[in-house]
Amino acid sequence: MANSPAILISGLTKRFGTVRALDGLDLVVEAGEAHGFLGPNGSGKTTTLRILLGLLRTDSGHAELLGGHPWRDAVELHRRLAYVPGDVVLWPTLSGGEAIDLLGRLRGGLDRRRKTTLLERFALDPARKGRAYSKGNRQKVALIAALASNVELLLLDEPTSGLDPLMEAAFREVIGEELARGRTVLLSSHSLSEVEALCDQVTIIRDGRTVETGTLAALRHLTRTTIDVELDDIPGGLADLAGVHGLTVAGSRVRFQVDGEHLQTVLRLLTGSGVRALTCRPATLEELFLRHYRITS
Amino acid sequence: MTGMTGMTGMTGTLMLVRLALRRDRVLLPVWIIVIAGVITVSASAIAELYPQAGQRIALGVTIGATPALQALTGPVFDAGSVGGLTAWRATTMAAVLAALMSILVVTRHTRAEEESGRAELVGAGVVGRQAIPAAAVLVTAAANLLTAVLITAGLTGQGLPAAGALAFGAAVGGVGWVFTGVAIVAAQLTTQARTANALACAVLGVAFLLRALGDAAKVEALAWLSPLGWAQRVRAFAGERWWVVALLAVSALVLVAAAALLARRRDLGAGLLPARPGLPDAAAYLAGPLALAWRLQRGGLLGWAIGFAVAGVLFGALAHSLGDIVGDNPQLAALLAQIGGGADELTDAFLTAELSLLGLLAGAYALQATLRLRGEEAELRAEPVLATAVSRRRWSLSHLSVALGGSVVILSVGGLTAGLAHGLRIGEPAGQAARMLGAALVQVPATWTLAGIAMLLFGLLPRLTALAWAALLAFALLAQLGELLQLDERITNLSPFAHVPQALTQPVDAGPLLGLVLVTAALLLAGIAAFQRRDLQES
Repeated sequence: MANSPAILISGLTKRFGTVRALDGLDLVVEAGEAHGFLGPNGSGKTTTLRILLGLLRTDSGHAELLGGHPWRDAVELHRRLAYVPGDVVLWPTLSGGEAIDLLGRLRGGLDRRRKTTLLERFALDPARKGRAYSKGNRQKVALIAALASNVELLLLDEPTSGLDPLMEAAFREVIGEELARGRTVLLSSHSLSEVEALCDQVTIIRDGRTVETGTLAALRHLTRTTIDVELDDIPGGLADLAGVHGLTVAGSRVRFQVDGEHLQTVLRLLTGSGVRALTCRPATLEELFLRHYRITS
Repeated sequence: MTGMTGMTGMTGTLMLVRLALRRDRVLLPVWIIVIAGVITVSASAIAELYPQAGQRIALGVTIGATPALQALTGPVFDAGSVGGLTAWRATTMAAVLAALMSILVVTRHTRAEEESGRAELVGAGVVGRQAIPAAAVLVTAAANLLTAVLITAGLTGQGLPAAGALAFGAAVGGVGWVFTGVAIVAAQLTTQARTANALACAVLGVAFLLRALGDAAKVEALAWLSPLGWAQRVRAFAGERWWVVALLAVSALVLVAAAALLARRRDLGAGLLPARPGLPDAAAYLAGPLALAWRLQRGGLLGWAIGFAVAGVLFGALAHSLGDIVGDNPQLAALLAQIGGGADELTDAFLTAELSLLGLLAGAYALQATLRLRGEEAELRAEPVLATAVSRRRWSLSHLSVALGGSVVILSVGGLTAGLAHGLRIGEPAGQAARMLGAALVQVPATWTLAGIAMLLFGLLPRLTALAWAALLAFALLAQLGELLQLDERITNLSPFAHVPQALTQPVDAGPLLGLVLVTAALLLAGIAAFQRRDLQES
């Protein structure tokens, strides 16, 4: 059990009427890792999470959660995980503090000291009624409810949407501590800097299918590096070199992207052209992300 | 008709009217056709069953001697004509339906929209501050107008006098207008659509009660306190009094104007009363789905219990007065003896009628409390609960327990209070309380059946749970019209309420009660099983 992945999904499909929400999705999250789950709006992230929670049935394919079956073993599995929905709706007449306690108890208990600490760190007033909270504060209630329990796995669906930058920082800090304690985190997010800061593994999906998965480092290797260089004289044929994209020239300054496997050839050409200044930047997640999404259009 | 025209902030109203009509393109026509249909069918049934004026007058005398009937339907103003009898039979029923339609439609397009946040989306567009309530009022007022036109057309189509038909339509539509006003005021006072509906329905309940008491006890002043009483006192087919129609219309205008004033004193999404702070920590009991269901529903249950207590006390206190009326009137006593009864039988018949009314209402409670499951699911509040260690069965059973237990509670309250009030007057409070409690509790299995129907729909067709309300409406209509239309027993027996023993007048046979319990159990189990197998579906 200890070695089996926390989440193992392969070839998962799910239809809603004629809409194919998931179309052969694959996702593996090892125990103890922080896994970023990326994809444009409507690509199937929330559907995947709801299937993992046993809220939706699968049409075909395999889904395994903490060594169990997400639908059949839902109740037992839910004792070991906590979920922050993307769309947090609270009971209008219950206070935030009551909702946190209730959800924790329904899961099998919550750590009171931890609740107090988290309330402080996220600067949440627990005595207000659900209907009086702003979107960001509702999000905080769901976050604290999830984080105040001692669980193995955190399923987070865009957990920082609506949080201010200060609270986003608090979120990163807290999740960092959770990871240090050995928790597994699946983080669906549009905040790429957040995923970059927290996750070592990333899966990108589009139209219900996995298009890229692996460590951030490996993904970067597969993608283009941006080079910004000042040269004595600009070698002819640089633009035509294999693997060079988007070349722009401004005076003695040249800027372009180059595919990982052609880096060697390009650098050799540059060093023979009198390099005065050189910055080399690996692809940001954003570039990675945009590249994958633009393929559709 | 809005009373708000001329004020600023109406931009975009027509666009919103079109949006509302698009959203209600099925709901509104169904309501309108049912209301107009009930009246037209009643008229043709009466014409067929009582073709001779003599028969109709005899029926009118019987009605006049039966306060229990008058409590439900009101007084007869002209028994001699088919129109007069139709007005007696169908006015209250149709007016209550028009009021319900108005309340539900207004809330759906105002407070429900604010609660969901959609109003914010609309309000940020080129839409005036008053456009949302104005559009809701316009749509509902127009629906009532159309209902009135259809009623008029339907009745004149039956060959009834045009003036009476028009007065009948106007009386029903006018009550609809008044409750359009009541609902739009309620939508300003509360923050939740549920409470806005409850508040407006409570006003309808009080209006019904005042009229029922006034008519049964022949206290005109009481009936005049209620818009439902006004509807009858339009006297369709019995020397129409048009100024009463004007009274309905003016009251509606006043209410709408009041709502407009209230609306200007509050923010979008807020009620008039500021939100009170809650507790920073949950009480120890709030640790399971049942406790949550109780916490969410206890306020509603308290409201229902108070309503049942008020109704119980009033009806109970009134019951004995009926005996006095008979005692004072030898002619009436003779008539009653002729149809097989005396003062006691009259009292019991009245109390039985009251209990069956409470039974139907308790059915509405059970249905509503069960459908809370769907509300929680549709509004995404079920998701976080079911993502914890709570099984679907346990979660379903939580709200179901409140629904089933709550119907026992409110029926007990209704029975006990009626028994006590009646018993105190005749000097045997304990005996009457026990007797009425028993008679109220025999209604329980039938009300549970409604919870069963709601649960089955929730499991199988979660987006169509409103059909459960259609079932309740059908049962109510069967109870009201079944006898009049001389429907086949196989049809009237479809209603669970047809199997409720008349415990005050006959020995109770446990068979039908057991049957209802078994049917309910089967419905509940099937509903839970279906829910355990399906996807969660948001609205």
